[in-house]
Amino acid sequence: MNGAEEAPQQRVQPDPPGYFEGESMTRRRAFTIAAQGLGGIAGAAIILPAVGFAVAPIFHRGKERWEAVGPTSDFVEDTYRQVVFTETEGIGDAGKTIAYVRKSSKDLEEEPGKYVAVSNRCAHLGCPVRFVEAAGNFICPCHGGVYDFQGKRIGGPPVRPLDQFQTRVRNGQVEVGPRFSVTNQMEPVRARDPGEFTGGIWEYLYPPRPSTFPPP
Amino acid sequence: MPKLPTPKIPDFVVPPPLRKPPKPGTDGRKGQAPADLKSSPPPSRTHVDRFEDQAKDAPADVLAWVDQRTGATGFLTGMLYRKVPKGTNWFYTLGSATLFAFIVQAVTGVFLAMFYTPSATQAYASISHINNDVPLGQFVHGMHKWGASVMVILIFVHMGRTFFFGAYKYPRELNWVIGVVLLILTMTMAFTGYLLPFDQRSYWASIVGININGTGPIVGPYLSDFLRAGPELGATTLARFYAIHMLLLPGAIIALIGAHLYLVVKLGTTAPPWVKAEKPKIAEPVAQLDASATGNGAGPSSNGMRG
Repeated sequence: MNGAEEAPQQRVQPDPPGYFEGESMTRRRAFTIAAQGLGGIAGAAIILPAVGFAVAPIFHRGKERWEAVGPTSDFVEDTYRQVVFTETEGIGDAGKTIAYVRKSSKDLEEEPGKYVAVSNRCAHLGCPVRFVEAAGNFICPCHGGVYDFQGKRIGGPPVRPLDQFQTRVRNGQVEVGPRFSVTNQMEPVRARDPGEFTGGIWEYLYPPRPSTFPPP
Repeated sequence: MPKLPTPKIPDFVVPPPLRKPPKPGTDGRKGQAPADLKSSPPPSRTHVDRFEDQAKDAPADVLAWVDQRTGATGFLTGMLYRKVPKGTNWFYTLGSATLFAFIVQAVTGVFLAMFYTPSATQAYASISHINNDVPLGQFVHGMHKWGASVMVILIFVHMGRTFFFGAYKYPRELNWVIGVVLLILTMTMAFTGYLLPFDQRSYWASIVGININGTGPIVGPYLSDFLRAGPELGATTLARFYAIHMLLLPGAIIALIGAHLYLVVKLGTTAPPWVKAEKPKIAEPVAQLDASATGNGAGPSSNGMRG
């Protein structure tokens, strides 16, 4: 903005109506922009917290939860024992889930002295699978998914092996903890929802969610 | 084309100045012989007569009072007496049927909300209470449950009618788009309502539905976390579905139905595809052509929204 005495030489044409000397916009326009800006700020002040409130659970990770499911002597290497424990608190029986627990097996070249807890949630769409003792397989009633003894998919529509829960031993009791998923090579990854592939490029197409726990 | 008679508007809502004058030789009142003006003077009007006249004019006066302040009659007569094309048939009632199904859902839903508890531990018990203890509870719940299916079916049949009659074409594309959004909102309504009884079927159906959402690449996992309000289906999921089902979506659906109906009235309806357009007569001035008879209700003379 130059001094007022220079303005008459620079100006080729007279100001259009509505403009005052040296102004780059009309007052009407300035007030329009100001009013719209203030309205936008007021709207954002209402909308953003509300939307943030609704989407916040995506970024929130709850407290890690461990629950004792029985003494170590309850579990053997060659078959599963079904245990029921609470995965989600505050909703009664609906928050309970089932895991099939066994001791780690030397025949399957697993780390000795550990316990394996396989989730009963089918990796196809989340129906409850059942361990069939006679076949040694997990079978899903909904769409016919079949998993082998370790939980690897051997038939039907599931996209990956069955999820597992972390395990540990405290005071002679086996405890189950947070859920994790596994790849087809049985490498642990963060928990994925049913229907989502794991491993390789799928780790990027179905990115890990901040609400899940890191794998063991 | 013969001109159709103007629909009859009941006499008692027409203000006196616009009313048809009484036949000559009578004073407009029934049950009285025509007065012989020569032999006897006209009967004097008592206060009872005046009260009768005022009472007769009361409905018209009330309507006139409202109309003067809203312009509602112009709008309503324009909307209710708008012209429809030749060949309009029962297929054209599917949209109204869908609207009726929505109204049933809204009314029964409001009354179900009086007894329902959106809490994961009490929802199932409250639905059992509605079904087993509340008078007519099972009936109202049943209307809401089966009405949901009826609405979804009707909305698809309505959509099919629009498609096969070509009624989505210019200038009604925007109304098709609004209709598709309404279809999506209705499906979301059905999905969120499915969880609310919180029985085994609700629980597993919602798990499967949310997991299907989760299979969308990149955004899917976050979308299912958003729907569940966390990594697992929990107490907040039910509250969230309840809020979406009962507050968010009904408002959006009502607003869009308003826009949908506005456009239907504004643009008029199409003739069925088997009705041939009439050739305009050259002798007639353009202003008197009835646009709705040509199957294109968008013409200026059939615009009913000028009120």
